[in-house]
Amino acid sequence: MAAYIARRIGQALLVIWLAYTLVFLAVQLLPNDPVTIFLSADAAADPATIAAMKAQYGYDQPLIVQYFSQLVGLFTGDFGYSLASGQPVGERIGAVVGSTLVLASSAFVTAVVFAVVLVASATLARKPWLKRVVLNLPPLFAAVPVFWLGLVLLQVLSIKLGIMSLFPDGSFASIAVPVLVLAIHVSAPIAQVLLKSVDNVHAQPFIDVLRAKGASPSWIFFRHTLKNAAAPAMTISGITVGTLLAGSVITETVFARSGLGQVVLQSVTAQDVALVQGLVLLTATAFVVVNLVVDLLYPLLDPRILKSGTHGAPRALVA
Amino acid sequence: MSIKLDEPLTRVEAQDNVPVVAPLKVDEVAAPKRKAGALRSPAFWLTCVPLTMVLGWALFPALFSGFDPISGVPAQKFQAPGAEHWFGTDHLGRDVFARVVHGTSQTLLTAGLAVSIGLVVGTGLGLLAATAGRAADTVTMRLIDVLLAVPGFLVSLIIVTAFAPGPISLGIGVGIASIASFARVVRSEVLRVRSLDYVEAAFMNGGTYWSVVSKHILPNSCGPVLALLAVDLGVAILAISGLGFLGFGSPPPTPEWGLLIAEGRQYLASAWWLTTLPGVVIVAVVILLAGLGRQLHKIFRF
Repeated sequence: MAAYIARRIGQALLVIWLAYTLVFLAVQLLPNDPVTIFLSADAAADPATIAAMKAQYGYDQPLIVQYFSQLVGLFTGDFGYSLASGQPVGERIGAVVGSTLVLASSAFVTAVVFAVVLVASATLARKPWLKRVVLNLPPLFAAVPVFWLGLVLLQVLSIKLGIMSLFPDGSFASIAVPVLVLAIHVSAPIAQVLLKSVDNVHAQPFIDVLRAKGASPSWIFFRHTLKNAAAPAMTISGITVGTLLAGSVITETVFARSGLGQVVLQSVTAQDVALVQGLVLLTATAFVVVNLVVDLLYPLLDPRILKSGTHGAPRALVA
Repeated sequence: MSIKLDEPLTRVEAQDNVPVVAPLKVDEVAAPKRKAGALRSPAFWLTCVPLTMVLGWALFPALFSGFDPISGVPAQKFQAPGAEHWFGTDHLGRDVFARVVHGTSQTLLTAGLAVSIGLVVGTGLGLLAATAGRAADTVTMRLIDVLLAVPGFLVSLIIVTAFAPGPISLGIGVGIASIASFARVVRSEVLRVRSLDYVEAAFMNGGTYWSVVSKHILPNSCGPVLALLAVDLGVAILAISGLGFLGFGSPPPTPEWGLLIAEGRQYLASAWWLTTLPGVVIVAVVILLAGLGRQLHKIFRF
């Protein structure tokens, strides 16, 4: 167990380090440095201003120094400075991230519940037509753009029916509707993977044994199938962190909510590469941490994972 | 251990190192029969015919709508959908259906650029991982983990921030985000094919690495890649219209699907058709592409 945990944590750190290195290299590969890009919209920027600003944010240091000082910063919670406001990226994001976290986490919980309900009703439905309808919902949910669904709901609920305001006012509807829009989008991949995995579990002999012993379909589903089918669905849930973030940004824009979405839009419009770089690193770190948690939860579900060890990498293909 | 999903729908699904509790269901009966059956099934044609029509919109938009997508007739502004203007008209009196039809090429070109980047780079990385030895596999798979860890949305944002918004920046950004799923599918397919007897036979007959890879391995592993291609085109269209909605794509007045909906947003209260109907087209196209991916997967499942 300890070896498993150590290996997973090591891999997580490696991925964060690689993500940092790739983003650093990508920023170096840009035709200009972040300061020049930021000031490019500003016609009056003279070389002295650019040089002063570069010195202020450390962009005049040798690359290797920049690389290591930023890397050390990353592990001490320093994600660099926004060029537009001069604020630390961490502070800038910290001020607004709360509302995005509330939105994203409620949407995530709703999505998981939604996916389980969908899969349970598809599995336990007695009527074939009902089953067909439910089975077709996840592909539909996957195809609906978040911004469009949000706008259509706004149209119907607030303009046609008048039961919610166009702008967030703290009412239940103005919180629940954005969560629902995001949850529908995120539930699609989770439901699809869970459906597939439930099918795989139902093909196993122990299900036949349970059935022969007289267990009811719903007992089998909730007591046995769900636990055995959970692992792939957990993996996909971990991967939806990226989708959740992108979806949150768009949902916040549609429903005029404050949050990370505003920072993202402002930083892109102002061509603030440093802020975007910080955002990317922060998100990658969040993604890796969530997936590490998922990895550490697997052995609780299925102790066999501890024994399987590393998968054999393929040897080179030669004659 | 690998999980093969025979109905890929979203990019994140196509991954191969998911720990699986259940053994995989082996379902390999009468592949050739199923192949012919899939081509004859009405579902296949029900997805292909409308998609061909959408392709027609992109190639010859003027054939499908007689109205001008850029300059409107101010006297006819805000007309509700009807026999003359199928999707109604906007604040400048432009026909919305014409703007959707003329916007198809812009959206499809951007999505096509994205998918081509994903396909080419992803195939290269997947092939490298599966055939170039253990060290190459480990390095490549870690690289792919990193690509998965940085949300595609943010990759697009970095590119758009650094090189001014526009369709090309957008296509490159969305394309980089789709590399990982292609690399994973190509890797697992190549690993499956390379262990087959005919690959060994080809080497025994004096085949070199490149001849065997290009003549035997790649052609025989293309089925699931084609299926992913269709699905990923839909995912790219969704991503591009989302970013276009935020204003990072083509500038107005170019008709682009996401931008059309963003423009209609100001008239949400008075003209519902400006946002609703272009969105229905996006949903339909993405569902059709996902359906095509499923059909292709059935056809190529050996």
